[in-house]
Amino acid sequence: METDQLIRSLAADNAHHAKPVGLVLALALLSAAPVSAAMFFASLGVRPDVMTAMHNPFFDLKFAVTLALAISAIAIGLHLSRPEASLRGWAWLLLIPAGLLVGGIASEMMLPQRLPMMTRLVGNNSRACLTAIPLMSLPLLAAALIGLRHGAPTRPAVAGAIAGLLSAGLAATLYASHCTDDSPLFVATWYTIAAALVTAIGALAGSKVLRF
Amino acid sequence: MREREDEWTGLMRLAVSGDNAAYHRLLRAVTPVLRAAARRGLARAGQPVDQSEDIVQDILLAVHLKRHTWDANAPFAPWLFAIARNKLIDALRRRGRRVFVNIDDFADTLPGEPAVETAPAGEVAAQLQSLPARQREILQSIAVEAASIKDTAAKFSMSEGAVRVALHRGLASLTAKLREQ
Repeated sequence: METDQLIRSLAADNAHHAKPVGLVLALALLSAAPVSAAMFFASLGVRPDVMTAMHNPFFDLKFAVTLALAISAIAIGLHLSRPEASLRGWAWLLLIPAGLLVGGIASEMMLPQRLPMMTRLVGNNSRACLTAIPLMSLPLLAAALIGLRHGAPTRPAVAGAIAGLLSAGLAATLYASHCTDDSPLFVATWYTIAAALVTAIGALAGSKVLRF
Repeated sequence: MREREDEWTGLMRLAVSGDNAAYHRLLRAVTPVLRAAARRGLARAGQPVDQSEDIVQDILLAVHLKRHTWDANAPFAPWLFAIARNKLIDALRRRGRRVFVNIDDFADTLPGEPAVETAPAGEVAAQLQSLPARQREILQSIAVEAASIKDTAAKFSMSEGAVRVALHRGLASLTAKLREQ
């Protein structure tokens, strides 16, 4: 087919309007969220003392950190779904969850503690944390990749890594309501390792499926 | 250069608001620029430059199917060149060459450069044969025979809506097949 002929057929198809990437991403995440939630309630569930825990600012901080991670990653991911976009000027958004964590660690240091630092860091749930967050993030990661695939990311591995952070943030939000380790030291260690794992999976998957 | 790119942005805005003729003009206007850049990329990779037409068609399909990621408040050229660069790198990689493609390869194209088609493109034409018969017939009617959607609908006793759907699906699956090859 000659190029002029191809152009004619493209012009004839101009009436077709694709959905915005944000909408497709939102729909994909909304359909994956119940799957992750079902995994959560079937295996872990919300911790029994949640009503008391809510009065502990360090319990609440976990949600601020994980949601800040998820929201920043969504914003960066949508940005990267445009072909001419780069991380420049956007990567700092990821400093928001990191800054919240650092602030949490600093305030905990200033308060009197019953348990020594290493005990708080190691906690009781590190294994559950490292298993549950990656597993629950998988359906969300698939959804995030589907959403970004609708865009045109020219850096597929980076966009995939952001999809990983996004899904890890959402999965960690679920997990945080189960986990009884509320110390920011625990969160900074184990949640970070779990999120890094999902990010690596996302980067690998992204480099394969986000090419267009 | 600046003027040319402003004109593209204006045409693309019109295209997005439903002006098919503006879209047609835009695609015709960018094609020589894409062709020159593709030839330059192939030359630098030590590949025969007469394969440039396949790359041009690949870029045009991607531009078409990803145009919803263009922000109507942003200039069109950087978006176009990012898509083109991505496709060119991809094409060179498939030919086993890893080269650095500079974005300036697109922006720097001089208006006076040769804009003639070289070897006819074969990849789109080849993949066309693997489409379902109806999609292929509709694409050929519109592309090759230059029939309108209306005339094509009458010819195949289909509704115009069904022709539009088949046309879009045909273009989308052509693109998917090109990517998989």
